[in-house]
Amino acid sequence: MENVINTAELQLTKKDFESDRMVKWCPGCGDHAILKAVENVFPVLGIPKEKFVVVSGIGCSSRFPYYMNTYGIHGIHGRAAALATGIKLTNPELSVWMITGDGDSMAIGGNHFIHVVRRNPDINVLLFNNKIYGLTKGQFSPTTPQGAKTKTSPQGTFEAPFNPGELVMGAHGKFFARVVDTNIKMMTQVFEEASHHKGTSVVEILENCVIFNNKIHALITSRETKDENQLFLEAGKPMIFGKEKDKGIVLRGTQLEVVKIGENGITEENILVHDPTTEDAGIHTMLASMMPPAFPAALGVIRSVKSKTFEQAVWASVAHEKETSKLKSVDNLLRTGNTWIKD
Amino acid sequence: MLNRAFKLKIWALSVSFFIQWSRHISKKVHKCIYTHFLVKKKQRCRVLLLHKKYFCYDFNMLKMANEKQKIVELKNAVIRFAGDSGDGMQLTGNLFLDSTAIVGNDFATFPDYPAEIRAPQGTISGVSGFQINFGDKDIHTSGDLANVLVAMNPASLKANMNWITNDAIIIVDSDAFIEKNMVKAGYENNPLTDGSLTGHLLIDAPITTMTKDAVKELGLDNKSAQKSKNMFALGMVLYMFNREYHNTIKFFEQKFKSNPIVVEANKKVLIAGYHFADTIEAFASTFKIEPAPLEKGLYRNVTGNLATAWGFLAASERSGRNLFLGSYPITPASEILQEIAKHKQFSAIAFQAEDEIAGIVSTIGASFAGAMAITTTSGPGLSLKSEAIGLAVMTELPIVIVDVQRGGPSTGLPTKSEQSDLMQALYGRNGEAPVIVLAARSAADCFYSAYEASKLAMEHMTPVILLTDGSLANGSEVFLIPKVASLPEINPPIAEPNDPDYLPYKRDDKKLNRKWAVAGTVGLRHRIGGLEKEDLTGHVSYDPLNHEKMTKLRQEKVDRVADYIPELNVTGEEEGDLLVVGWGGTYGVLLTAIEELREEGEKVSFAHFKHIMPLPKNTKEVLSKFKRILVCENNMGQFVNYLKMSFPENDYMQFNKIQGLPFKVIELKDHITSLLNG
Repeated sequence: MENVINTAELQLTKKDFESDRMVKWCPGCGDHAILKAVENVFPVLGIPKEKFVVVSGIGCSSRFPYYMNTYGIHGIHGRAAALATGIKLTNPELSVWMITGDGDSMAIGGNHFIHVVRRNPDINVLLFNNKIYGLTKGQFSPTTPQGAKTKTSPQGTFEAPFNPGELVMGAHGKFFARVVDTNIKMMTQVFEEASHHKGTSVVEILENCVIFNNKIHALITSRETKDENQLFLEAGKPMIFGKEKDKGIVLRGTQLEVVKIGENGITEENILVHDPTTEDAGIHTMLASMMPPAFPAALGVIRSVKSKTFEQAVWASVAHEKETSKLKSVDNLLRTGNTWIKD
Repeated sequence: MLNRAFKLKIWALSVSFFIQWSRHISKKVHKCIYTHFLVKKKQRCRVLLLHKKYFCYDFNMLKMANEKQKIVELKNAVIRFAGDSGDGMQLTGNLFLDSTAIVGNDFATFPDYPAEIRAPQGTISGVSGFQINFGDKDIHTSGDLANVLVAMNPASLKANMNWITNDAIIIVDSDAFIEKNMVKAGYENNPLTDGSLTGHLLIDAPITTMTKDAVKELGLDNKSAQKSKNMFALGMVLYMFNREYHNTIKFFEQKFKSNPIVVEANKKVLIAGYHFADTIEAFASTFKIEPAPLEKGLYRNVTGNLATAWGFLAASERSGRNLFLGSYPITPASEILQEIAKHKQFSAIAFQAEDEIAGIVSTIGASFAGAMAITTTSGPGLSLKSEAIGLAVMTELPIVIVDVQRGGPSTGLPTKSEQSDLMQALYGRNGEAPVIVLAARSAADCFYSAYEASKLAMEHMTPVILLTDGSLANGSEVFLIPKVASLPEINPPIAEPNDPDYLPYKRDDKKLNRKWAVAGTVGLRHRIGGLEKEDLTGHVSYDPLNHEKMTKLRQEKVDRVADYIPELNVTGEEEGDLLVVGWGGTYGVLLTAIEELREEGEKVSFAHFKHIMPLPKNTKEVLSKFKRILVCENNMGQFVNYLKMSFPENDYMQFNKIQGLPFKVIELKDHITSLLNG
């Protein structure tokens, strides 16, 4: 971004991004915490406030743009990725944030989701995954666990769910992170990393829907069980978790496995060290797939690989064509090929 | 359409040929037929006698001895080049077109190709054709029926028999008329010898053999040697129309620069065809068409899709806003996307989206970020874009949606043309969602329509749907090249940074448009979206009275565009018994029919609509001056119903054709004449 300015010079605060609109999400909804985290991050990124654009599709989470004092566009169901792509291609200087939910991006917008990841424009995707349709009041979504009883699956769902991280890896995504809505500090930190990554950064937020899917992520987020079920990944650090920091992840054959440090001759040396930058997404995919109870859920930045962005490639081509093309104006173009004069 | 002299000449030749042919079979039969013609076609036979032609039929090839070859002047002629889709007939047609341009005729063309890329060789479904109508006056259509057919195989002969005049000259490659090919085409007997071509002047030349002979010394393999047989046919037609072939050879030299042997082969074959036509004296006379009295200036040939793409590029340059095209490939609109994709030097971005919806939604995003944003599609794609068009209506962002109409519903007839998306364009969305609707009237007019659509979208801050169709998209005509600076200015209402009075939905008093506050502008942060907007502030509002007010404002904004578009013109008297009405791509054929009827002394007037929503301001007045209004369109009557709804006081009739094909001049004339006399 050419116009990155010293943060101190901009002197932006949370206040600069708070909207005067009444926030109408349900009390206790995870959206409130996510909004706070985003308001924490925007002032510290070194980006002038008018360069932010927040886009969304449809759903509870997609009301987000109305609650931010930035440029914002609340789109149509599932299509936020296309809006974001159009904006970013037109003006690469804008910092584009796409807010979406598991229905918006995994069902109706599933196609756009994988394609935006594949193309890799520099946008930040915050995927609010509460594993349920909230705005339409309680139908199952593509991430709802198989067998879950919802309004449209009274006998339990018959469908295998998507794991968003696996889709990102499958689409050759360059950045994937996961956070929980119960930890604003973690969200703030990861959103900032996502913003600094050049390319499409997808952050899955495991979010609670207090009305229609309460405690869906309880195993991962509740005070009692979170330590045993969260693995916060940091680059260069071993994958250790547990209240006593005594558990770790090793690679056995082609599979990941949970081990206890100190048992069966396992030491910290044996534990996998996280490297989010490997081009090969094999380990990243396995990490994204891990879920309790067999594994802890991997949180933090799982994958972050440098790559050319879509808009960089497009605008580099524009620059090259401008330099090399013989056509300097549309008048030139209209006169190419066979023409004839009538006197 | 067809000039009298040409008709007579062709008849003379045909009759001569027929007589000769019948002689070959039976002298007695001949006598009967000859007598029959003398009685029935006195005038034509007189021409025959004047010219004193004698024919002899020899070795499957027509030879004609004449006293002196003449050049006959024609007003116009229609040639159809047809062959297997691998035979290069589009190229053949285009090369003939170039020579037509050089002699200064006006022309219009239409390619007729199969939906399949390479249908089974030699079958009817694999036939590819290219038709050109050229003349010494304004040409508005590619012609009803061809006066000359070039058929490279039995299938292309069979497929085109309905598209040629009863007395058309037919040039065939007799080498292709072998058992196997005739079976593929569905012929039980050889059409060249079974009498089914009676009435035509048949020139059956062993084109493949002569092509191979012509390139023998180049040492090409059999397959390569045959490749340029289309150039043999072209050589014959160039001779027939008194054209010279040097420019065609120049084309070979440029096109195949890196492959001199191909240049040489094509050149030899072209010249061989040219000289063959001369030597066999198959044509009693050759034809000539004087230059058309076109306006002075620089000209070129354009197809509708090319002109559409260029109109957008011109609007982008003139408005100073970068072009963004979000689109998904679809027949027959893809060429617009392909063309824009070539022109990044103008900062034009062509984004090939993952589907139709992403195509338009990326366009809306681009518009929010300040681009001149467009999306291109055909009918099925327009259906998919409906919801997003509503978003553009609600957010009042400028975008242009091009619908190159094809036969529907569903996948319908992808390569054929229809005007059946009109109602979809006008109303095919949830809610009250008015948009401007324009319809281009000719291939060259696509340039000006695309330009105007962009201007109206940006200046009035609204989506615009531009309707073209498959015939316009692929058809071509002569285009007087304008200077971009001579086109009307485009001044979008861009909001200034830090404008203290800026409110997202504050409107201009006259146009009722809101300002375009481009994302990224200092001091204008705001939110928009699909939820109903509060007047002025643009905040989300569920207030009942506000919704009614905003609904009416959105309609009023589009209605007021009528103050910024030209009035409706009438060809002919401004009042009378019958007004013929058309819209969009039927302009050329309707105008031709009306001009011919008026030349023949009929009292009939004509009004053609390019602006559909809103209609020109004087529409009511124009329509009210006629007792009867005949609305002609390629659908079940969508525009006539729209007129009935808007101006119920008039007496409407309708004439519709829903065959995936344009109207023919003759069928329009017949229908109108029956109305006038009935």
